[in-house]
Amino acid sequence: MAFKTEEMILNMGPQHPSTHGVLRLEVELDGELIISVKPHIGYLHRCFEKHCEAMTYPQVIPYTDRMDYLASMYNNFGYVVTMERFLNIQVPERVEYIRVIMGELQRIASHLVALGTYGVDIGAFTPFLYCFRDREKILSLFEMTCGARLLYNYMWIGGLSHDLHPDFIPACKEFLRYFKPNITELNNLLSFNKIFIERTANVGILPAETAINYGVTGPNLRGSGVKYDLRRNDQYSVYDRFDFEIPVGTGANGTLGDCWDRYYVRVREMEESIKIIEQALEQLPEGDINTAIPKRIKPPAGSIYGRVENPKGELGYFIMSDGSTSPYRLKVRGPSFVNMTVFSELCKGHLVADVIAILGSIDIVLGEIDR
Amino acid sequence: MYNLLNNILGNEYLATIIAVALPLFIFILPYALYAVYGERKVSAFMQDRIGPNRAGYQGLLQSVADILKLIQKEDIIPNEADKKLFNLAPVLVFAGSYAAFAAIPFSGAYIGADIDLGLFYILAISSVVVAGILMGGWASNNKYSLLGAMRSAAQIISYEIPTALVVLTMVMVTGSLNLKTISELQTAYFWNWNILGGAFSGIEKFLLIPFMIVAFVIIYISTLAEVNRVPFDIPEAESELVSGFHTEYSGMKFAMFFLSEYANMFAVSAIVAALFFGGYQSPFGYLGNTIGISWFVPVEQLFWFTIKGLFFVFVQMWLRWTLPRLRVDQLMTVCWKYMIPYAFANLIIVGLITLI
Repeated sequence: MAFKTEEMILNMGPQHPSTHGVLRLEVELDGELIISVKPHIGYLHRCFEKHCEAMTYPQVIPYTDRMDYLASMYNNFGYVVTMERFLNIQVPERVEYIRVIMGELQRIASHLVALGTYGVDIGAFTPFLYCFRDREKILSLFEMTCGARLLYNYMWIGGLSHDLHPDFIPACKEFLRYFKPNITELNNLLSFNKIFIERTANVGILPAETAINYGVTGPNLRGSGVKYDLRRNDQYSVYDRFDFEIPVGTGANGTLGDCWDRYYVRVREMEESIKIIEQALEQLPEGDINTAIPKRIKPPAGSIYGRVENPKGELGYFIMSDGSTSPYRLKVRGPSFVNMTVFSELCKGHLVADVIAILGSIDIVLGEIDR
Repeated sequence: MYNLLNNILGNEYLATIIAVALPLFIFILPYALYAVYGERKVSAFMQDRIGPNRAGYQGLLQSVADILKLIQKEDIIPNEADKKLFNLAPVLVFAGSYAAFAAIPFSGAYIGADIDLGLFYILAISSVVVAGILMGGWASNNKYSLLGAMRSAAQIISYEIPTALVVLTMVMVTGSLNLKTISELQTAYFWNWNILGGAFSGIEKFLLIPFMIVAFVIIYISTLAEVNRVPFDIPEAESELVSGFHTEYSGMKFAMFFLSEYANMFAVSAIVAALFFGGYQSPFGYLGNTIGISWFVPVEQLFWFTIKGLFFVFVQMWLRWTLPRLRVDQLMTVCWKYMIPYAFANLIIVGLITLI
């Protein structure tokens, strides 16, 4: 008699401790082995792009906050950079520097959440709280600057909502001094932990070719060894004035492009962001921040695509104008959404526990996937 | 203890009931409540937090409040669940972990059942817990619970082998399966503890020390796995399986699983302490003997026993808040490819040494 086994469909989410939001995964299992994974998205859809068509251009900025809510500053950044190119606005130097400082602080904050929650996914709870403790300090810096801790609406087309608080520069320097040893602590506690490496090395291997074919960007692509970072590859703002490296995966503990590589790229990016912030604080020019804010925003009919390197990858804004005060069409290329597409490919042949490890290593934010 | 009670009361049944219920009410329940509180405080200190500090002084009443809340909660049984098994499972798990305390000597004067096969009994009765876990996981009719229960069964049964091998080693060294006898053998000073070669003398003692340490490490790791603690908390793996086999349980049934987990933690710590660290024996003699108050000695023994047990419970908590979790196949690899061969080799070598 032939022994017959049946596959089991396991429905992970939308209510599940580690789907990083309201993601639903339909997992087909043979025992604990994965046959296929089907992600279902859309539980957080808020019609952001459609809403924008009824808004004036500056009114779109708060909406960008709410996409990737862990990287609101950078979402603002992407939108205003695109709009300024559309309108041909030259913003003051001081504004550019402040934007870079805020953007890089936001990158550290976003990566801290990614690394901390990744630890929780693997079962280590303590690094998560350490990461959030440090992130709180960054949020306090943001609060000092613009009064908000999560959704800032800080960068405006042609300027900023507020200039830096007089105490900001010493506070920021103090934070960097405090934060640097914590990266070492995180490495000792989690990154180089034997069990952590066992769980993440050689799991969810993403070869460079597949990554490029799927349009994966950000730390996920760099984890596969591709040196592609829009801060270098596509000049925007004043990033060309800073000396920083682009960390890429090396396959140090397993195969190139595994979960550990993606994880460790984020750790090293935090170090690079610290370098950028330090340099920017040194070079920060004096001046007025709101001289370039236009009175009336009416871009010419036509379209533009602008992109920036968000903590999660390439964040692109396609803006189409019909010459009126609100966009005719606005489309966002969300890095989380595009990175998510490769997820099912990565999971094949792994165990249930690895689904969580892989999902965490991709670092998605559902607010941006669904928009 | 039973004999003493029997003499005082002159009634067998009453004596049995009291002897059985006593450790539960005077020790395990308060211990479990405060171990939960302790774990929360320990984790808080490790994570730069404050921890519970609202209910009572420094939050000391927090777990009492939690249990009161859990008792008041509605007892939910899922529609599709197998009702009988679902209700039986927590009882079985709790009974299994509680019954193990019967053969654990708390002090020279108090041991629930002074039976010759004490260690064997503990190993056997703690396997009942597996049946309870499987039952709970299966009866919940939830896929996460089922996966968790299967993992748990595989894990606990696998890790019983290295545990049993180390216990065998210790039986060879001490010549007894009775934890009380084993503790008595390690009397007087801490250099008589089994981890330091036991009551042997001369070259034998020094030869034994490294192998005793290996045996201790093996049994400590495998008991961690048996009580489903990090890094082996795979059956409950919160991030993957929600909470494994007890996902569907709420209210008091959940509390029973929870309390039995903490009771188990102490039980295995107590076994480790009794096998390797002298059980209830004081490391430097007794105050009671020095000042000539003989009834004070068992009290001191109870103190030392609790201290040793709680220390190992603390180490378990410490590990829990430091380490990530292994994957299920890696867990099996650790057991079958490393721990069992080492435990076997250790058994043979220790056997040879004791023969010398």
